[in-house]
Amino acid sequence: MSEYGTESPQSAGAASAAPSALSPADAADAAKLVAFGLQPKLLPARDAEYADILRRYREEPAFARVTDAVATGLGLIVLEVSQRAGMVVTAAEDSVFAVRMGDYARRASTDSTDRFLHGLAHLAVAAMAFPRPEDLADDGYIGRITVNGVDSFVRQACRRLEERSAEQGENTDPGSDAPGLEAAWRVYARRSATGATKDARRLAGSTTGIIGKAVAFLTDSGFLQRTGDDSGGTYRTTARYQLQVRDMAGSAALSELLELGIVPVSDGTGSLLPPGVDELELVEGAGLPFHQDSGQALPAQRHG
Amino acid sequence: MSQRAPNLSVVTTAPSTSRTGRPHPAPGPAADEGLARRLRALACTAPLHDLDVRKANLAGEFGKYAMAEVALSAIDLVTLQMDFDTGADHEEIVARLLPRIAAQAPGSPSAEHDRVARWVLENLINVGSVDRGFRAVYGTFGPDGQYVRRDYDFKLIEEVPGPGGGVCLRTTDEAVNVLVGALDTDVTSAQIAAEVKLEVLVNRGRLADAQLAAEQARYRTVQYAETLRRTLDATRRNVRAVDWLETVPDMITEALDHVADRYRHENAILTNIRRVRDDTSHQGHQDTPQHRARAAELVDIVKDCIRRHTQLQSRLLDAGPVFRAEQDRQAFAPPTAHSGLDLYGQLLAPLLGEPVERAQRVTDAFFARGTGLRTPSSVRLGDLTDLLFTPPAPREHLGAQMPEPDLIATPDDSRFSEEQLAAATELLDLPVDAPRRLSGLLAEARRSDPELPYLVALMAVHAASPPVGTAYRQGEESLLFAVDDGTELQDREFGGADLVVGTARLAAAQMAAARSETQG
Repeated sequence: MSEYGTESPQSAGAASAAPSALSPADAADAAKLVAFGLQPKLLPARDAEYADILRRYREEPAFARVTDAVATGLGLIVLEVSQRAGMVVTAAEDSVFAVRMGDYARRASTDSTDRFLHGLAHLAVAAMAFPRPEDLADDGYIGRITVNGVDSFVRQACRRLEERSAEQGENTDPGSDAPGLEAAWRVYARRSATGATKDARRLAGSTTGIIGKAVAFLTDSGFLQRTGDDSGGTYRTTARYQLQVRDMAGSAALSELLELGIVPVSDGTGSLLPPGVDELELVEGAGLPFHQDSGQALPAQRHG
Repeated sequence: MSQRAPNLSVVTTAPSTSRTGRPHPAPGPAADEGLARRLRALACTAPLHDLDVRKANLAGEFGKYAMAEVALSAIDLVTLQMDFDTGADHEEIVARLLPRIAAQAPGSPSAEHDRVARWVLENLINVGSVDRGFRAVYGTFGPDGQYVRRDYDFKLIEEVPGPGGGVCLRTTDEAVNVLVGALDTDVTSAQIAAEVKLEVLVNRGRLADAQLAAEQARYRTVQYAETLRRTLDATRRNVRAVDWLETVPDMITEALDHVADRYRHENAILTNIRRVRDDTSHQGHQDTPQHRARAAELVDIVKDCIRRHTQLQSRLLDAGPVFRAEQDRQAFAPPTAHSGLDLYGQLLAPLLGEPVERAQRVTDAFFARGTGLRTPSSVRLGDLTDLLFTPPAPREHLGAQMPEPDLIATPDDSRFSEEQLAAATELLDLPVDAPRRLSGLLAEARRSDPELPYLVALMAVHAASPPVGTAYRQGEESLLFAVDDGTELQDREFGGADLVVGTARLAAAQMAAARSETQG
């Protein structure tokens, strides 16, 4: 009977006092917690057993270490273990749980344009869900997006780039023999936003089709929750998505960008304008886009 | 040819002279810019011409339809139907196109008219392509004198998400420019020009032209509304994406002035036209009915213009409150102590300006880490067996039943039969050393079959200029030939020269040798 006793909350204190005394039953519990983490839509608030094991993780350091070890062995990374988000695990780079672009969209493996658009859709959904740096940092923030909203948001950004290059008198039409050198915004802008199909479904190759696929996939991953059908589908974010974007995707993409030699400078405030490309210098913390006097630059805003 | 050569040489030598640094008015980027702009404008008309070229490929008799006309009319309809918030309905456009198409071919069934309308509309959207757009290729000289071929992508009618999840049609700026013909001009100045023109025309009583000018004015109004709609959309997403300090207030002031101005102007025009309409009815001109009808139509158009201006004005007045509400929502939210990554400013925005090859590395990285995990499905053998033995579920949507094709055997209308060809070939299979006169051959042919001489004569005439080179290359050993030695043909059915018909032997061995040499 004694080896089963460790399962009960009463003897939890004894187990933490003697960390070496973890039994196979504890290992089973640890693996179970990881298994709960693999079901991203499951929340501890809805499942008593999940909530119990989760509490054990937070209270017993030894149990927590075993659970982490189980996750690592399976090729998983533990992002957070909390009552609000549950056991948040994500796939390590070459784990069996990782999502591959080729499995995600068949066309994407052969067509580099489609590959880019699918990746961009995921980035745009995240950027729209967390429009300001504060939103991404604030644990209590819940982002709301619509499929059509994401599309018009990216199109607006593309249009700004188009206008700017038109002002500079650039000819942005790409060379016929070097399609890879075409500017990214052009690839998005020229893809149609939607299209009529014979069976009244969304046209898969259109930009709203690609974004629609991305949000549906993210919903399956437990990152978004569908709240309505307006504007091509409305969604709100979950705590898991915020963690995933903040701790994994955002930094990975940023370091890739830095490797390309592009150093985006942020003043730490929520400038949704691309920094350094707009002549409008904004006063920090001001609600209205006041012009800042060129003489005095606030320390937080000094670029580069 | 002699005229074209110098032109070519100028083009090809220009880059080399500019590289050597000699002063030369090379066709640089500045000179090419206007050309590129005109080439792009020209490209926008290509899909319309293309329709008339490709209508021949449609199954059926579609030559009688003027496809370019239908296409332009479709672009007209979509532009006029485009309202402030939505686009035009696909079915409505088809329905409105039908009267014009029916007028082009009154005798044809209405199903065919419907098919033409849909075909034209689908081609203007370019349904078959991935982007649902068009691409034209043109060339320019770069700053270093290098000739670069470029792709120009454009759309004429685009599909946008409509209210209630539907799909609406909007005409693009390119299409409006092609349609109105005001390529590369300032919207405001074109508006003023149209106004002046309208006033003059109304004064002179030339109502047909007045109507055209009024319609042009309406296109301009739609363009204004479109610009404002985009700005407000952007503001709802992010107040700071739009310059609300100078650009937008300026635009709103300008647009309000414009609306007030237009309103006054068009009311004046309306009064003017009504007077013209009533005057013509009193004076009893010969062309009165037509004049009155046209004036009435013009009144409708100007009324519609006024309605659109009023709509634009109410949106313009709403713009300020929209901005303030969005600003409250977006800017006055309590700031948090710590800050994170600016996904738009630091990732998305710099990315969009990069070439797609480089940008893809970043999106790939985001995708790999941002999609979470998928538990791979593993199959148990028992389940697999069950799955494989399950009979397939009957499919409900198999589509309409294919009609049995009604095949009609084409009648054999050959002039000569196979037997006659065999007989003629046999007759003309002459020994190499014994050529014969055509007259003799004809007489011999006539003895077996009265029709045969025609075939023999035909083959003999054909042999008058034998394709020696082809036969040589194909390795033929002999070739039928006919030579005119000046003797006249005496025959009751045929006239001309009495040809000497014979068989020439080709040097097969030498040919083979020559061939193997050239191949080696």
